[in-house]
Amino acid sequence: MSRQDVIDLLYIVAFVFFITGLRMLRGPRTAVRGNQIAAVGMAVAVGATLLQPGVGDWLLIAVGVGIGVAVGVPAARSVKMTAMPQMVALFNGVGGGAVALISIVEFRGAGGDLPSEELIPILFAAIIGSISFWGSNIAFLKLQELMKGGIKTPKWVTALLAAIPVALAVVIAAGSESELLFWLILLSAGALGVFAVVPIGGADMPVVISTLNAFTGLSAAAAGVALDNTALIVAGMLVGASGTILTKQMAEAMNRSIANVFFAGVGTGGAAALVAPGGGGTARSTSAADVAIQLSYARLVVVVPGYGMAVAQAQRAVADLAEELEKRGVEVLYAIHPVAGRMPGHMNVLLAEADVPYDKLKEMDDINGEFARTDVSLVIGANDVTNPAARSVRESPIYGMPILDVDKSGSVIVLKRSMNSGFAGIDNPLFYDAKTAMLFGDAKSSVSDILSEVQAL
Amino acid sequence: MDLLTELAILVLAAFVGFEVISKVPNTLHTPLMSGTNAIHGIVVIAGLLLIGPAEGFLNELLLVIAIAFGTINVVGGFLVTDRMLGMFKAKKRPELEE
Repeated sequence: MSRQDVIDLLYIVAFVFFITGLRMLRGPRTAVRGNQIAAVGMAVAVGATLLQPGVGDWLLIAVGVGIGVAVGVPAARSVKMTAMPQMVALFNGVGGGAVALISIVEFRGAGGDLPSEELIPILFAAIIGSISFWGSNIAFLKLQELMKGGIKTPKWVTALLAAIPVALAVVIAAGSESELLFWLILLSAGALGVFAVVPIGGADMPVVISTLNAFTGLSAAAAGVALDNTALIVAGMLVGASGTILTKQMAEAMNRSIANVFFAGVGTGGAAALVAPGGGGTARSTSAADVAIQLSYARLVVVVPGYGMAVAQAQRAVADLAEELEKRGVEVLYAIHPVAGRMPGHMNVLLAEADVPYDKLKEMDDINGEFARTDVSLVIGANDVTNPAARSVRESPIYGMPILDVDKSGSVIVLKRSMNSGFAGIDNPLFYDAKTAMLFGDAKSSVSDILSEVQAL
Repeated sequence: MDLLTELAILVLAAFVGFEVISKVPNTLHTPLMSGTNAIHGIVVIAGLLLIGPAEGFLNELLLVIAIAFGTINVVGGFLVTDRMLGMFKAKKRPELEE
């Protein structure tokens, strides 16, 4: 077996690690291990590359890697959990920057004279890598609040900026060996990255970063085609493809389309967003799997049942879910508002029927003090009894009504059939709170879905 | 390796990438993005392959920067993902250990 065979075999081993690692990143229990496995795959791939004959200039390699470790490790260690998205943006940006730099070195090294099967992937890598580098840096600046949004890029500017690098690339592909043109490609693609990301605001940023992440993956794969390197092709394309799917899912979770994120402008809810009839803001919807994770990793969960639970006959499913959570060490209490349901004691009766121990049912005055230490409030078909407007909005018809202070808990999950307002016909600001997520659907089937997701964890 | 073989690998890798990320709970979106982000740091390999034969100060400088960038991407990416995911096992639950 030749040395090249050994390297290629090691690359294949690395692919197995990458794919297994990615798979395991899908579930909360396996994710930590998955990430470690992917990291081992990376070590194998890099180690195999160093075996390649002709790899040299060890001093320069040591300098580059040394700088990278000296910058990357402390940055990753010290960043605050709240600042994670911009850190990921920055790491993504340098990846794109590396691809762009490699493409220009390839071009210069050959004096611009390359066969088209190498030249075209290099041009592609240069454009996408540069967009990713500059776009990610803008995303970082915006998330770090070093740069304020508000500038709106007209569509024709974006279109023009997209046309320039492509046109220049065509000129080079057609035979021009001008190095200046290549630098201009990097520059104009970078400008496109800047102007495409500048207008995007706040909540849409994760979708932008995820898109740029997929871009960097694609550009790495293109560089791999140019360099005849399977490790780059496979790992780059894995990220390009999985990043695309992930971007789509993230956009869907926010009720947005990817096009909507990039072209709808500054922080507006967009056409697809759920805007309350009264114009309250945007509600965030979630999935049963997601709720299951939040619940099973909580210490204290408070269930707030309402008329919706009664209508759906969901009490037995709720009790089963609570039992399953308690098995996992989660404390579950029930908050019973005096007017929850349609008659006093409605909820108590239903829950007792489902064999919920009576000491878990807490009256409003007893439970309101507990919300501050509650990780997740699970509101099942209740609305007006949780409406914080009753405390603060003097004009509200329910102003002054005592409510359950669910908005004081760490996060709130609302199970509801639709965005219609409650019995009193009043909009509920709780639904638009940043820490609130909505799970739409029939209460009974939603709770059953959550239960089966918890069991699957 | 000829171009068609490379394109075949490219297409197959794309399908694996699509399939492997079928359905991910929202809570894991950010860690997964961060984990895949670390994986494309593999571009560091391209820097390692090119720097040996590279000639001229500018080429070598650009490649040292590229290697540094790629290393930051890999090392920082995996570490930050590990920290994020660590939050999921913050709480001890002995009942599950059985």
